[in-house]
Amino acid sequence: MASNEEILAGLAEIVNEETGLAPESVELDKSFTDDLDIDSISMMTIVVNAEEKFGVRIPDEEVKNLKTVGDAVTFISGAQA
Amino acid sequence: MSITALQQAPLREHTRILGVGAYRPELIVTNDDVCQWIDSSDEWIRQRTGIVTRHRAPRDVSVIDMAEAASREALISAGIDASQIGAVLVSTVTHPYATPSAAAQLADRLGATPAPAYDISAACAGYCYGIAQGDALVHAGTAEYVLVVGVEKLSDFIDNTDRTISFLLGDGAGAVVIGPGDAAGIGPSVWGSDGSKHEAIRMTRSLLDVRDYAMGAVATDAEAAEDDAEGESLWPTMRQDGPSVFRWAVWEMAKVAQQALDAAGVSAEDLAVFLPHQANIRIIDEMVKQLNLPEHVYVARDIVDAGNTSAASIPLAMHRTLKEQPELSGKLALQIGFGAGLVFGAQVVVLP
Repeated sequence: MASNEEILAGLAEIVNEETGLAPESVELDKSFTDDLDIDSISMMTIVVNAEEKFGVRIPDEEVKNLKTVGDAVTFISGAQA
Repeated sequence: MSITALQQAPLREHTRILGVGAYRPELIVTNDDVCQWIDSSDEWIRQRTGIVTRHRAPRDVSVIDMAEAASREALISAGIDASQIGAVLVSTVTHPYATPSAAAQLADRLGATPAPAYDISAACAGYCYGIAQGDALVHAGTAEYVLVVGVEKLSDFIDNTDRTISFLLGDGAGAVVIGPGDAAGIGPSVWGSDGSKHEAIRMTRSLLDVRDYAMGAVATDAEAAEDDAEGESLWPTMRQDGPSVFRWAVWEMAKVAQQALDAAGVSAEDLAVFLPHQANIRIIDEMVKQLNLPEHVYVARDIVDAGNTSAASIPLAMHRTLKEQPELSGKLALQIGFGAGLVFGAQVVVLP
């Protein structure tokens, strides 16, 4: 079980690996598409890596609801509970 | 009462691909051409798909014409006369007749009659399905030589204003001849389907809708299109859920590719070439990562010039690879096709 801070740090690492963005730019209120400029294909790569890292399942239909980094942290945290 | 001993066809131990042929239609559609129809840019398309151009066939060139051109080259390359062909398998989803098959007419044109001939509907996995069947037919002694063709004229089933898949697609044909070999030349096929995801890559409507319109049951094109927000035009065209397909293609298909390696008893180290279906360069790159392919494995990226040609993409990529690097002949290649159905197929093969 990871804390929200740990999930955020883990996500930042995954985003950094996929896009090269600095981990500290991955903040809770940032939108994946508008702020971080992550396209749909990169988003899927991030989702699958997050599933592996946190041991959760993020269904395709859920991915479109994950608009901000915070949405993703909340979902992963809930799915782990 | 005596019973006559029933004879079965004699089994053959080894099969292999003997020759390959290709046909690339002459019209070249650039990303700038595509951007006349969709709000995009050359850079955006290259970055997301790797595609720079795609070949498309003119109106008067049919699926059968393209298949014939590729097949003639494959026969010459294999050193086999058409009369020796024991079965003709054509993988296509764009031959515009439900029946008769493209394969029967192709066999006739080539002079392969009366070889059995039939079409395979397995979209982007069609070529690997054809290899699975051709391999089995030769193995089982049902045919000595089998012609396997992957051919598509996808330009007949696209909507230029569609942003999900149409701009990726190209036309073309690739063909191989399978026959007996002195040593193992085609590894076990790992193939399958998942029809629960049939909507992930689909047509906007069925031919019955076209019939209803043509028969006057539906008054206007607009009325017919009303039920379906996906397409203005009544003509059925392709659509896909890109991100879902991407996810399935990369993570599920990397597992299938690994199973094909395991079934063949080889490791990624033993490979010389990787021939994935040319769907999207980012799927290809991600699969290479997932499979941990070593540096020395040549990865086919024919998609850059050819776009996604569905059933034709793997034999086209094989043909180009061998043309550019003839020293790879006789080496091991991993091929994997996957697409609408959903369907998938993979084998390790010795390159002709």
